[in-house]
Amino acid sequence: MTTMPVSRNVSVTIRFGVIRSGLIRLLKLLPWLVIASLPLVLAGYEPLATQIFVMILFALSLDLLVGYAGIVTLGHAGLFGMGGYTAGILSVHGITDPLVTALCAMAVAAFTGLVFGVAMLRTKGLTLLMLTMASAALLYEIANKATGLTGGEDGLQGVAFSPLLGVFAFDFRGKTAFFYSLTVLFLVFSFVQVLINSPFGWSLRGIRENDARMAAIGCPIMRRRVIAYVIAAALAGLAGALQAQTTQFVALHSLGFELSGNILIMLILGGSGRLYGAFIGCPVFMLAQDQLAKQDPANWFLGLGVILIAFVMLAPGGILGIAARTVDAIKMRRRA
Amino acid sequence: MTTLITILFFGVAYGMILYLISVGLSVTMGLMGFVNLAHGVFAMLGGYATVTLMNRIGIAFLPALAIGCVLVAVLGFVLERTLYRHLYGRSELDQVLFSFGLILVSVALVRIAWGPVAQPIRLPDYLKGQVTIFDLALPAYRLALVGFGTAVIAGLWFAFDRTLFGARIRAAVDNRAMAQSIGINTSRLFAAAFGLGTGLAALGGGLGADVLAIAPGYPLQYIIYFLIVVAVGGLGNIKGPFVAALAIGLSDTACRYFLPEAGSIFIFAFVFAVLIWRPNGIMERR
Repeated sequence: MTTMPVSRNVSVTIRFGVIRSGLIRLLKLLPWLVIASLPLVLAGYEPLATQIFVMILFALSLDLLVGYAGIVTLGHAGLFGMGGYTAGILSVHGITDPLVTALCAMAVAAFTGLVFGVAMLRTKGLTLLMLTMASAALLYEIANKATGLTGGEDGLQGVAFSPLLGVFAFDFRGKTAFFYSLTVLFLVFSFVQVLINSPFGWSLRGIRENDARMAAIGCPIMRRRVIAYVIAAALAGLAGALQAQTTQFVALHSLGFELSGNILIMLILGGSGRLYGAFIGCPVFMLAQDQLAKQDPANWFLGLGVILIAFVMLAPGGILGIAARTVDAIKMRRRA
Repeated sequence: MTTLITILFFGVAYGMILYLISVGLSVTMGLMGFVNLAHGVFAMLGGYATVTLMNRIGIAFLPALAIGCVLVAVLGFVLERTLYRHLYGRSELDQVLFSFGLILVSVALVRIAWGPVAQPIRLPDYLKGQVTIFDLALPAYRLALVGFGTAVIAGLWFAFDRTLFGARIRAAVDNRAMAQSIGINTSRLFAAAFGLGTGLAALGGGLGADVLAIAPGYPLQYIIYFLIVVAVGGLGNIKGPFVAALAIGLSDTACRYFLPEAGSIFIFAFVFAVLIWRPNGIMERR
């Protein structure tokens, strides 16, 4: 009988905990709702916002590799472009349903990731870096030469998709594209969040920190890394497909080294291995690029380079890293 | 037969350039374990220095080449002491980002200083036209490339294998801590090796200005080839990259001639095949 009050207390605490975690979950949905209501305020910016969502999705897939699995890649655009070309080529040949082509793009990109991943991930360091670069360069060359299929340097012409779910046509002002890409981004984000908090996600962090120890405790390192690479490839392919669908065009530079470099910079700028880094880095980068690169590309490169060097030398962890340190410092001061 | 020899010749000349530029990267990678994507920047600067000294100041080709090489070596030395040094212990990602930032800065500065178009090199008269050897008309410039490249490589190999400096570098590549403990000042050694490597890259960039065009996009455009040479050749040695550079130069030239529609697809596929077979490069010690 004496245990009764205790158990009642526990149940109260648990119920309070449930309510609290439910509240936090609702709070986490808030930014998404704010973003979704942006078109009401900022009409006309839907196309730019859509491109930012696509890049966030792309950067999120890169974060899985760079931030969690510790695989630095300079060829992530290869997978993005594979997705874009898959969706684009299918639409040119009569398969125009957005969801079907997106799924096909994911499958093709995942398969590409599997083939390259098995070949590349046996290596480390500079060799791995070079191979990731070479894998994208190889795909770029193939797309460049296979003009009959891809349109070569002119890009893929005549890309058009049927209405989403058979109802929402891709309109001129980009409303459908906006909500479509935002929804996909939300779903992928939720998936990645679950993934990195799963035992699989933690084993990736373990491999990143010390692969020899992970091997010693029986973790199949190679298989985990390849799986991570395939998942990231599928998501990158999805981002590529989204770009093809929302811009109705696929160009060679979607496979190019510049995009591989830029997406890495976007992720690092925001902060890698933090999941929200992509959400900070991509908008900052793309809005700045939108404003500055128009004037003179040289100044843009210069500024970007200096920022990159400064971040590495002075502030590792990107914008979110700085924010986290500031918050820590404030907490420390309060405690003192 | 003549075509075959011409391809062989062009391929070797191309390979020499690749080797001169990349060998410094292999040594510094092996010594410091630093992933320096910006190595091509020094080759580009060597090219710009040579071209500018010749076209604007009117210095002859060879002295211009030498001055450019020294200038860039000094720049490399200074950058090593001021920036690179602080990143030796850092993660691979940090090194990649840092050197990528350096590439962007250099691309921007070069574009501001020299404009976006490629700088043509005005070769001296003795390097123009053709030289006939055994009924074979060979372009003088490429012949000079091969000759000059061979001389530099011979000197480099001698320095690496037969001098105290070379022995110190080899010791530090093998075991840095042990080298330090027997009194080798590895920090100074790194700076010297870095300066030497960047100087060689500048030499390659200047010499090869007619093969790899000197334009602001240079470090980004050719980076993959330099990395291939180093990765296939193996880190920290100077002979592996030579074999790799010649193989890349020859097969790329042959491919462009016989299979122009395949572009560089073959090269990348070949590199994948080699590195699946030998993940640590062809000169891996067993």
